Amino acid sequence: MSEHRHDGAAAPRVAVRKTHKLYIGGAFPRSESGRSYPVASADGEHLANAGMASRKDARDAVAAARKAFPGWAGRTAYNRGQVLYRAAEMMEGRRAQFAAELSAATGAGRPEAEREVSAAIDRWVYYAGWTDKAAQVLGGTNPVSGPYDNRSAPEPTGVVAVLAPQDAPLLGLVSVLAPVVAMGNTAVLVASERAPLPAVALAEVLATSDLPGGVANILTGRTAELAPPLAAHADVNALDLAGALDVAGAGDLAADLEEAAAETLKRVLRPDPAVEWEADPGLGRIRPFLETKTVWHPVGT
Amino acid sequence: MPQTAIAAEQAPTNRALREFLHGLPGVDDVGARERAAGLATRSVKTTAKAAALDLAVRMVDLTTLEGADTPGKVRALAAKARRPDPDDPDAPAAAAVCVYSDLVGVAAEAVRGSGVGVASVATAFPSGRAPLEAKLADTRRAVADGATEIDMVIDRGAFLAGDYRKVHEEITAVREACGGAHLKVILETGELATLDNVRRASWLAMGAGADFIKTSTGKVAPAATPPVVLVMLEAVRDNLAATGRAVGVKPAGGIRTAKDAIRNLVMVQEVAGPRWLDPALFRIGASSLLNDLLMQRAKQRTGAYAGPDYFTID
Repeated sequence: MSEHRHDGAAAPRVAVRKTHKLYIGGAFPRSESGRSYPVASADGEHLANAGMASRKDARDAVAAARKAFPGWAGRTAYNRGQVLYRAAEMMEGRRAQFAAELSAATGAGRPEAEREVSAAIDRWVYYAGWTDKAAQVLGGTNPVSGPYDNRSAPEPTGVVAVLAPQDAPLLGLVSVLAPVVAMGNTAVLVASERAPLPAVALAEVLATSDLPGGVANILTGRTAELAPPLAAHADVNALDLAGALDVAGAGDLAADLEEAAAETLKRVLRPDPAVEWEADPGLGRIRPFLETKTVWHPVGT
Repeated sequence: MPQTAIAAEQAPTNRALREFLHGLPGVDDVGARERAAGLATRSVKTTAKAAALDLAVRMVDLTTLEGADTPGKVRALAAKARRPDPDDPDAPAAAAVCVYSDLVGVAAEAVRGSGVGVASVATAFPSGRAPLEAKLADTRRAVADGATEIDMVIDRGAFLAGDYRKVHEEITAVREACGGAHLKVILETGELATLDNVRRASWLAMGAGADFIKTSTGKVAPAATPPVVLVMLEAVRDNLAATGRAVGVKPAGGIRTAKDAIRNLVMVQEVAGPRWLDPALFRIGASSLLNDLLMQRAKQRTGAYAGPDYFTID
């Protein structure tokens, strides 16, 4: 094949367009249903087609998260911190992509988008720091009247289904995912329905961050379709409703999900809808996904 | 289809057996794999799935074959076989519990009056490397202790060396030692190397009086792969046509999910025919499979995905 046309002009390059897929068990599968849905920018322009996960994809993601849980929970807190910091490093290298996708999704100007990307990267670092410090704050030695040493230590709850906030597609996304995985839980995250592309980019970051496959699983699609099977799933231990507070046309989705989750006594976080994602998050999203183990041990001998 | 089969009555010579077994049509290896893979794509949903799940539960030989088996574990297993899902009174019982021969007494006591059978592996399971007298004593003891089914292993060494008469004689002798108990003959297909050998071993076992032919001990990988089950189902179908006797099939080892079990049932229906969709003619040897079947049943019943925390670990 000749590189040049006869008239001398270079042949137009065929565009290499990205397929936006799901992230389950460390791999990037298409939805088992074969569906996708169009994603538009803030001003209504078509951006891409994103995978539209089905309840069976959610089921597969839960199975992957369950499989990954013992290994991830068994890592040292220090090592989990290193892995989260690595995620920040990988995101730093993709600043331009995140800023462009964020700006297209929300209509924010480039400087504002850059600021939010920085905040999202810093959030990984923030939670990387907490991994080996939360136990000292939330646990410790308890004073008891007896010849016992009595200690409480926090342990991860298990598989957490996270509904990412609808209106903060990057900073909100990292702010709900990082605290869950920081303490040794594994997550099945449903991305913002209207702006899922930053979540797909984040999945690519996580896949190159030493985060074991299955620790974080990211689904894109309809929140109102994916959330109910996750809330009712008996092998999911906790539920974060951040993305269920404002879903159009789904009635009182959050209340329905709380009801379904009660059937299996899940831990449910129903956050304040007026949360400022830029503010210091504190321990507010770490504490709800921990269980306290208290041990009595005889003193002496 | 073979025109004749081995007569169980007379003691055939090695030469006669070889002529018959090597006269069987060869198995198209690629074709068998393709056919098995094609059948695995069948979609079984809603009411058909519910019926398949219940049938699969009724076909399970709930198995524990570990060096660490204790009487307590066997009793727990028997309780699970009698009433697999205590939350759901409609859940059917499993077909049998399958244990080592020294624990048959415990198992028989624990399932008494429930209709659940007691299957015992015998004849120097899993290797089959022991003198015939020891194998027969093992079998007689298990039957005396209350085993209703005996799972024997064939001497794969003799089979692979071409000593078909020895294998035949052993099966016939164990058949006699079984008395009224059903005899399942384990071919250990993972050690037979080819599907042609699987077909020959199937006919050899059926001719020697097996009530069931069983794929594997579960101690060797690969175990019950779909092409192997397919070839064995063809053998029992052809054997029925040739001799009028319906022999059962029991895949064992490696069937861990409800999906695998349903795929096996599809093969049974399509290859052997609906007559084999019955615990009297098709069993599945498994341990972890039962919980997955129960979780799928719970999903059908409640609409929510079930979790392993809600079912007993056996």
